[in-house]
Amino acid sequence: MRITLNVWRQKNTNAAGAMKRYEVPNVSPDMSFLEMLDVLNEDLLEKKDADGPVTFEHDCREGICGSCGFMINGVAHGGHERTTVCQLHMRHFKDGDDVVLEPWRANAFPVLRDLMVDRAAFDRIIASGGYVSVSTGSAPDGNAIAIRKLDSDLAMDNAQCIGCGACVAACPNASASLFTSAKIAHLGHLPQGQPERLERAKKMVDQMNNELFGSCTNIGECEAVCPKGIRLESIAMMNRDYARASFMERPSTGEVGFG
Amino acid sequence: MAAVATNSTLHRTLEFWQASIGKKTVMAVTGGILVGFTLVHMAGNLQIYLGADVLNHYGQLLKSNVAVLWGARLFLLASVCLHLTAAFQLWSLKAKARPVAYQKLAPTKSSYASRTMYVSGPILLFFIIYHLSHLTTGQTHPQFDEGDVYRNVVLGFRQPVAFAAYLIAMGCLGFHLIHGVWSAFQSLGINHPKYTPKIRNLATGLTALIVGGNLSIPVAVMLRLIGNDVQ
Repeated sequence: MRITLNVWRQKNTNAAGAMKRYEVPNVSPDMSFLEMLDVLNEDLLEKKDADGPVTFEHDCREGICGSCGFMINGVAHGGHERTTVCQLHMRHFKDGDDVVLEPWRANAFPVLRDLMVDRAAFDRIIASGGYVSVSTGSAPDGNAIAIRKLDSDLAMDNAQCIGCGACVAACPNASASLFTSAKIAHLGHLPQGQPERLERAKKMVDQMNNELFGSCTNIGECEAVCPKGIRLESIAMMNRDYARASFMERPSTGEVGFG
Repeated sequence: MAAVATNSTLHRTLEFWQASIGKKTVMAVTGGILVGFTLVHMAGNLQIYLGADVLNHYGQLLKSNVAVLWGARLFLLASVCLHLTAAFQLWSLKAKARPVAYQKLAPTKSSYASRTMYVSGPILLFFIIYHLSHLTTGQTHPQFDEGDVYRNVVLGFRQPVAFAAYLIAMGCLGFHLIHGVWSAFQSLGINHPKYTPKIRNLATGLTALIVGGNLSIPVAVMLRLIGNDVQ
């Protein structure tokens, strides 16, 4: 089949970008979306196209690394439930389809080139509090800490977040609430995450605000496009933990002004 | 904020307000207050079906205690101001968070109402101003008679333009509430697979009740079901 692509081309972060049209003939329905782009890029290289091949991020190509992701016809990852771009196949498209490809758009995600954005803002949110402090040394006994099945399930559900950025991209406010809340809920459901739970919520949410992500309006677009099925329930948990961290945390006994 | 002692309640409150989650909490609480008012306001208005005497007596009762009246008015005004300020600040953040718009953005599962809160909200603000000048202070009412609430309502709604304004406003209120009521719970951190479907139903039920109850009055006036005695 024949696919027409409208692709956002941008040389670097500071350059102005524009949409360019490309024809991809002989697309097999068995190809993945990225393989179709590989074919286009081969062709662009062969033709010595002035803009060069289309840059897009990819790594595992099996939906677990979080590298790939861009807007396909205005929907993050193309709109198939729990599917990243690399897991999307051309059988979902028809011969003669016109497809628009755009990078994630957010102030916190500057475009590096074409469809590739810099998601270092996510790394900085994780670094601000998305960890648990552990004593190193000999490994603890397995199952030494009992964890309720439901809590471990909820933690694992949230741990699935691959940080692809689709939630930010799909949100009309460019909010990173789903991403940040997945990390907070992942660790917050586990006993190991309790000592730093409120501190974590405070630090990560503050970092999220500092990165100039927008606010959450609870509309649920993020949840719909999340390839890992993270739910709005996690955002509610983040809101709870943040409110508690803001008002319930007491100063440590050594702090000036206590009592 | 430097002048405020760290760890004081004031400092924490200011810091909470700085965060978008804090503003959303404020919007949820003030929104709840305003929904409560709208519900009581509608219940009071429905007394129009009991006749002119009952409604006018209710109007006098509301104005009988100046301290209570102005206390309630200031409380509501403060809620509206906080709701508005938070909404405006979050709305300006939206533009900063995505300076380059998508050429194509297709919504998937979000409702029309949820995506247009920034439209229904401002329309409701203009409606509140109009509504107050129409039936409370009377500047935009051609035949306003202070004290005769029943007559003001009936004659007011017989004007086609006013009737249309109330119709549009109630549509906006419906859109605003059906997302807002549910959203307030989410902002306050209340989301649970057991209760969230019930909260969604509560939002739908409250919206139907408030919009239906309020709309019934201008419609009844227009259909001459009430107010035939007023010339």
